Amino acid sequence: MGKILLEMKNITKTFPGVKALDDVNFKVEEGEIHALVGENGAGKSTLMNVLSGIYPFGTYDGEIIYEGETCRFQTIRDSESKGIVIIHQELALVPQMSIGENMFLGNERGNKNAINWNETYGEADKYLRMVGLSESSRVLIKDIGTGKQQLVEIAKALAKNAKLLILDEPTSSLNETDSKALLDLMLEFKKQGMTMIIITHKLNEVVYVADKITVVRDGSTVETMNCHEMEIDEDRIIKGMVGREITDRFPKRENVNIGSINMEVRDWTVHHPIYTERKVVDNVNFNVRRGEVVGIYGLMGAGRTELAMSIFGKSYGSSIMGILYVGGKQVNLKNPREAIDAKIAYVTEDRKGNGLVLSNPIRVNTSLANMDGVSNKGIIDADKEYQIAVEYKDKLHTKTPTVEQNVGNLSGGNQQKVLLAKWMFTDPDILILDEPTRGIDVGAKYEIYCIINDLVKAGKSVVMISSELPEVIGMSDRIYIMNEGKFVGEMNAAEATQENIMACILQSTSTGGDE
Amino acid sequence: MAEKYVDALKKNAMLIVLVLVYIFFTIMTKGQMFEALQFNALITQNAYVFVLATGMLMCMLTGGNIDLSCGAFVCFLGAVGGILMTVKGMNAGLSIIIMLLVGIVYGCALGFLIAYMNIPPWIATLAGFLAFRGWGTALLSANSSTGSISFAARKDFLNIFSGKLFSSPVGELNVVCLVAGIVASVIVVVVNFLTRANKVKKGYEAESIVSVIAKSALAVAAILLFAYKLAMAGGIPTVLVWVIVVVLIYSFITSKTTLGRYFYTIGGNAEATRLSGVDTKKIMFFAYLNMAVLTAITTYIVTARFQAANSTAGTNYEMDAIAACVVGGVSAYGGSGKIFGMVVGATLIGVINLGMSLTGVDANWQKIVKGFVLLAAVVFDILAAKKNATR
Repeated sequence: MGKILLEMKNITKTFPGVKALDDVNFKVEEGEIHALVGENGAGKSTLMNVLSGIYPFGTYDGEIIYEGETCRFQTIRDSESKGIVIIHQELALVPQMSIGENMFLGNERGNKNAINWNETYGEADKYLRMVGLSESSRVLIKDIGTGKQQLVEIAKALAKNAKLLILDEPTSSLNETDSKALLDLMLEFKKQGMTMIIITHKLNEVVYVADKITVVRDGSTVETMNCHEMEIDEDRIIKGMVGREITDRFPKRENVNIGSINMEVRDWTVHHPIYTERKVVDNVNFNVRRGEVVGIYGLMGAGRTELAMSIFGKSYGSSIMGILYVGGKQVNLKNPREAIDAKIAYVTEDRKGNGLVLSNPIRVNTSLANMDGVSNKGIIDADKEYQIAVEYKDKLHTKTPTVEQNVGNLSGGNQQKVLLAKWMFTDPDILILDEPTRGIDVGAKYEIYCIINDLVKAGKSVVMISSELPEVIGMSDRIYIMNEGKFVGEMNAAEATQENIMACILQSTSTGGDE
Repeated sequence: MAEKYVDALKKNAMLIVLVLVYIFFTIMTKGQMFEALQFNALITQNAYVFVLATGMLMCMLTGGNIDLSCGAFVCFLGAVGGILMTVKGMNAGLSIIIMLLVGIVYGCALGFLIAYMNIPPWIATLAGFLAFRGWGTALLSANSSTGSISFAARKDFLNIFSGKLFSSPVGELNVVCLVAGIVASVIVVVVNFLTRANKVKKGYEAESIVSVIAKSALAVAAILLFAYKLAMAGGIPTVLVWVIVVVLIYSFITSKTTLGRYFYTIGGNAEATRLSGVDTKKIMFFAYLNMAVLTAITTYIVTARFQAANSTAGTNYEMDAIAACVVGGVSAYGGSGKIFGMVVGATLIGVINLGMSLTGVDANWQKIVKGFVLLAAVVFDILAAKKNATR
């Protein structure tokens, strides 16, 4: 085996009141892809922040040995000068600037008085080719898709002469095709001798690329598995992450009666709000029954979120056409308020962006969509509001000392529970859940699935939008498949497999290409 | 336990700074700052800040939005009032209503531009900032040879917004004022204890009895001190009643109503609030309509105090209001800030102004000091937020 490139010894990092990392030891060999896995809040990102100098030397205990020497990084610049480059989960690109400008941001080409634009774009193009992008580096970031933006981030890292590349959830916002391309690129870099650390929740990706897997749990490294010495599958990794075996990732649903049609959408067409010529949702028909979980599977950009939001009181899109039936009656919902009154809830995929008010406590977030339920003639009943928040906290097992805690301080899984609580408190008949388990850990996912089961047991209808195939197949009674704005297939859960769903998408793409 | 005291100190840091600054100036002025007349001056000189900053607070809550035009609008509306009352000799009540209507029209226009046309607030209000100063000045010079319209003859108007209630000679104890102070103290104590009793009854987390007693004692001491000093200075300033009414109404709105709640959630996350079924545009519209109404009230207070409308009226008022909010802990990014904090912030700036005037600090230096106080308040705010975030 190769020599040790990086060793982190006895790293302990405490925040006031919390030990985020407790005596962590972590070794990375040269030329390997090392996956760091663990539940949310386990300490993976903290560990990487210590390594890259975001938490400067002195704010933690322990030692970092890189290329045989002890390092005391004060800033990110120090670690980058050694070739340690971190790519964060949230893309750090300026949308209004060109790819080239972004790539050399803070690292501009030229002399100290003036930027050499020829050199900037020339070099940028060179790095773009290395990551397999054919775009000119003069194209603006906002004009390329998320998948390509992620590749630009990697090219930017290469431009800094990265020797150790750290990727924090690189595929969390990518669709399956783009994810696969990114992972293949990583394997390609490995051949060229690059060392990489990848943090991800997607265990199939870990199995696909990693040479070694280190599991972090509650601020400590639990174990390191060598994928070349033992047989590793997802269940094995999950066992390490949660400390126990999860025998069934999807809880069974029993004794649920599927009733009459609760919501039906007919000939639904939605145009893009700015480019009004473009159809984002194209002539979609579907229905959901009482007590039923309907899955909508599609890749990122298929128009799933747009469909859901346009149904939810026309909160997305322009010139929306189609007929919506709720509880057998035709309705015309003009804004979110009317949708809520018609007992529809839309639980967003973007809980930080448009779901929760992070700077406000759980109590305020829980009641936000149904203030009438906790007030009388516009005056808030503080007692009632508090009681409701506590009730939902207990019901959904939200982990928090009090409901006065700001939502921004909660982990992803608990934030998702608060978001669900907010919508459950509006007493909906139909819940549209958009990526309900994105970015949350295995344990919390299971709990969310249980909540979904309880909802349909109570006679409600659930429409679950997801881009995780196992989840769609494991949770739905019926599955619709969406691609390029259209519904291209419908199947019962019993007949659905990953293969025939993907086949459905591939067929529609090839035939729909000449439009 | 110690941590709890530190927390309490931190929460009330500005209040403690206010007391320390007051003591500092009392020493520097050899007790002059502590005289009855200065208490009276503190209120009459700064009444406009309290009212205007209340409106500014509501705007800032929605996402750090501000109104740059309010100072210039005070000048314009003052000129309108001068023409109505002094030049045309119109009835005071009717004039007040017309001025309010003019304010509402401007508020609707501004609210429409900002909420429904999506024009950034600072640009929409910058237009007003430029235009209303000019328009006001033009109106004044067209109707008066001196460029200023006097209200001195309109006692009916002046009595509503300036002067004293049940006034008595300075130096004599004004009984009404003292009784009002005692009544206010009793109300504060009763409310404090009832709130706690209610919480205990329902089994919620309640503060300790010691802390309630301490809080009530401090509040009562402050109210009685003020009441006594004002009683010795000739009675309750009429304008104080207006300020208290405005502050109480908006304290209630911001803390107890759904409408107030939406101001905070929009500042915290506008999109999440919209998707929760709240008409966010209507709230933005209301914020600026409300600002214009409070600007109209400010105009009454200011013209009555100076007994004149002139072209420099309202200069920098918008900045005073913003400064009071920021020093009082209202987030410059929106989503957080309390009326009580703003009151403390406005009072602190008022005390610094008054103290520096009494000690004879050069006017230019006064501005420099105020600038640094503002900066220090923001830095403090950001450091405190950072500390909370790393927990």
